[in-house]
Amino acid sequence: MRRIRVKDEQAVIELRDTSYSYRGGEPLLQGMTLQVAPGSFHFLTGPSGAGKSTLLKLMYAELQATGGAVTLFGQDSRVMDRNAVADVRTRIGVVHQDCQFLDHLSIADNVALPLMVQGKPVGSDLHDLLAWVGLSDRMHAFPPELSGGERQRAALARAVILSPDVILADEPTGNIDWDMSQRVLQLLVELNKMGKTVMVATHDIALIRAAKPQVSTRILRISNKRLQSAGAEL
Amino acid sequence: MIADTLRLMIAPNKASDTVVPPTGFTARLTVFAAGAMAFLAVFALALSVSTGRLADRWEAELNSSVTIRISAPADQVEAQTLAVLKVLDQTAGVASARALEPDEQRALLAPWFGPDVPLEELPLPRLVDVVQGPQGLDAAGLRLRLAAEVPGAVLDDHSRWRAPLVDAARALRMLGWIALGLIGITTAAMITLAANAALAANAQVIRVLRLVGARDTFIAGAFVRRFTLRGLIGAAAGTTAGIVAIILLPNGAEGGFLTGLGFEGLGWLSPVLIPPLGAIVAFAATRAAALRTLSGLR
Repeated sequence: MRRIRVKDEQAVIELRDTSYSYRGGEPLLQGMTLQVAPGSFHFLTGPSGAGKSTLLKLMYAELQATGGAVTLFGQDSRVMDRNAVADVRTRIGVVHQDCQFLDHLSIADNVALPLMVQGKPVGSDLHDLLAWVGLSDRMHAFPPELSGGERQRAALARAVILSPDVILADEPTGNIDWDMSQRVLQLLVELNKMGKTVMVATHDIALIRAAKPQVSTRILRISNKRLQSAGAEL
Repeated sequence: MIADTLRLMIAPNKASDTVVPPTGFTARLTVFAAGAMAFLAVFALALSVSTGRLADRWEAELNSSVTIRISAPADQVEAQTLAVLKVLDQTAGVASARALEPDEQRALLAPWFGPDVPLEELPLPRLVDVVQGPQGLDAAGLRLRLAAEVPGAVLDDHSRWRAPLVDAARALRMLGWIALGLIGITTAAMITLAANAALAANAQVIRVLRLVGARDTFIAGAFVRRFTLRGLIGAAAGTTAGIVAIILLPNGAEGGFLTGLGFEGLGWLSPVLIPPLGAIVAFAATRAAALRTLSGLR
């Protein structure tokens, strides 16, 4: 078993011998050590239930490691207060598999939500962003009115509206067809080329294979509770 | 720091108010609870103020007034009355003293016997009303002197029957304050329940807001502003209704103890404090509930 270590002093996310167990039970993740370099593109794969979503939650501080340490932009997440957690999330955009929209708000308001909670003005960037993800004509629709692919693209737009340094995507193509998966992948690759660090958790091997020609990726696999490099066999 | 938190919690924030959806029945519950409690608070306040006023008045009268009762055969009443007045004239601490006229005694008895009571046919004692000076009089010494010089005269300083009434009035005033405290606590409890219901109904909204980087003050502010405003509106309505009800109570000038319930002079301004206090209670209760809920989320 080989531990992954990106040798970069400026790692945006760093795990050191990190483990996590729910409610004091058996560890779901164990001995994870990883440095995520700025501007890198990672895929995180593994079977369902392996802990991909849990690992992502550790990376945006929704969960706190039960062992070892998680460092986000140089701050140890164990000692971050609630305001610091809120602040670090403005630097990490998250795309959830179920999108996590507020159904009483329009798509435009949902996408602009990170700006609104920061008290920042919602300007023309919102229209540009919606045009970029191909949702200009759907901005006044409400989340339940959107297709799966439209929802994923809107979630991606919300994740990047604050121009975060890191984008974490949890099964962003889990509920959409292949063509739409390709469109979402293309958007993520574009973001990476703009300098954003991207980590995509997916069990869709075809998606990973489709990405390889487009971008330099590092592929991680969670196996037996541990993180392994999985680039060669893919 | 505290000022910043208060500003974030209270100052209008369109974004915060937009992202948290309307909280349905909890809005009406909060307004109704605050209104009902404010209505009761007006009465508790009126009870406290009125009984306090009554206790003070009775105590002042107790300290300033005594009565001498002269029981003697009819042909000696006048002589003993004059003797009593003479003794009083020589007693230190007596500001004034006068024998009550038959008409005044008739007026005192009218509530029990009717207006046409034939006083001359009843074996009634003659009453002498004594007003004490600021330094007070020596009641024990006066009693001894009256016993020696006017055997039919008995000094009554009213303490036997009035002191328990003063104590009762003071106890009622204390009960009024306790009732006000309980009303405040009950208001806080009801608003906390309503706020918790609203927070639970919006658990997903709160989670999403945290995930996109909202600070606790932003999220809590949306709930705190709404419940504070509802508390204020409800309490203002309840207070207004309570004041109107107090005004409509029978006039205390003609009645006794219970009909004296109400405010006097600047005292009418005291219920004005109830709505802001209701808003403060709503603010504190909602803020505590919101921050408690948020502490369960990372």
